[in-house]
Amino acid sequence: MTAGESTGALTPPVSDRDHVQGSSNAKITLVEYGDYECPHCARADPIVKHLQHELGTTMRFVFRNFPLSEAHPHALHAAIAAETVGVHGEDEFWRMHDVLYRNQDALEDEDLVGYAESLGVPGAEVIDAFAGGKLAERVRADFRSGIRSGVNGTPTFFVNGERYDGNWTDTHAFPAALRAAFNSEH
Amino acid sequence: MATTNSPTSLELLPVGIQAPDFTLHSTPDQKLTLSDFRGRPVVLVFYPADWSPVCGDQVALYNEMHGEFAESNAQLLGISVDGAWCHLAFAKDRHLHFPLLADFEPKGEVSRKYGAYHDAQGESARALFVIDASGVIRWNYLSPDGVNPGADGILKALDALTSEQRGTATAGSGS
Repeated sequence: MTAGESTGALTPPVSDRDHVQGSSNAKITLVEYGDYECPHCARADPIVKHLQHELGTTMRFVFRNFPLSEAHPHALHAAIAAETVGVHGEDEFWRMHDVLYRNQDALEDEDLVGYAESLGVPGAEVIDAFAGGKLAERVRADFRSGIRSGVNGTPTFFVNGERYDGNWTDTHAFPAALRAAFNSEH
Repeated sequence: MATTNSPTSLELLPVGIQAPDFTLHSTPDQKLTLSDFRGRPVVLVFYPADWSPVCGDQVALYNEMHGEFAESNAQLLGISVDGAWCHLAFAKDRHLHFPLLADFEPKGEVSRKYGAYHDAQGESARALFVIDASGVIRWNYLSPDGVNPGADGILKALDALTSEQRGTATAGSGS
């Protein structure tokens, strides 16, 4: 065993189990490990949307759950609620994702149930999922994959499988890193 | 093991040697001794200070990982020069599930022994050690102070210990 290695490489790679916005032919894959109760993640969300708008079909965006549930007591249930809604379709998942980030001050269980119902998903499904089962396990699996990939806080981004250690609030450096990833694919 | 004022020239205790034993306060009225954990792996996390932003994120991350550490039967121990009362307040505020040890008197003595002390700042470096069940250092990592090292390196080191144990167990049963 050699000392001092910390890879920061996405494990496992993006697959069809992931929530993906954009085409699988996109040259740039941006993955976010996020926590719905994390204020930094809420700040990052419009930045991601701006990048999606700017880079168009050249980039796809993937979201994986990384709820820091000791620090953020509502984060785990919020992630489970989003996954429950996601069972009903990817569009529904992303709508729930946006609702959660826009309502970080209202993430009690009854709020989460209400958001799911407003998207046409029975509240009872969300409540059942809180109690455990495969959706809670999926969230846990996302968390574990984040740990293995070198996630060190939220949000953590990966650009084409490599952890992005730059400043994501930098409106020049972050898009530039994505474009550099695009160019290196050519 | 020379420690100097320059963070880049720190030399951590190397892999392959016996980890120096120590006894430190974990609470104002309790002490922990490293060798008491013999028989299971120990993850030593030296960090500069309670309450500082990066340290807070780092301990928050490890704190979410009891499941992962439990799989390797590993004990996580945090160490900084903060006093036991400071650790107590920090642990309570962050709902920490692992002990924080006070390398407080004589200040930084244990951190120095491990080559993980910045004299100029008077703080422990951001250094990680994985110690095996027999007390031997098996992995180490020195992170730049402003960078949260994450946990992937620790888990890989623990995985290697676990698979080694399995290998030994298999070899033993086959003979």
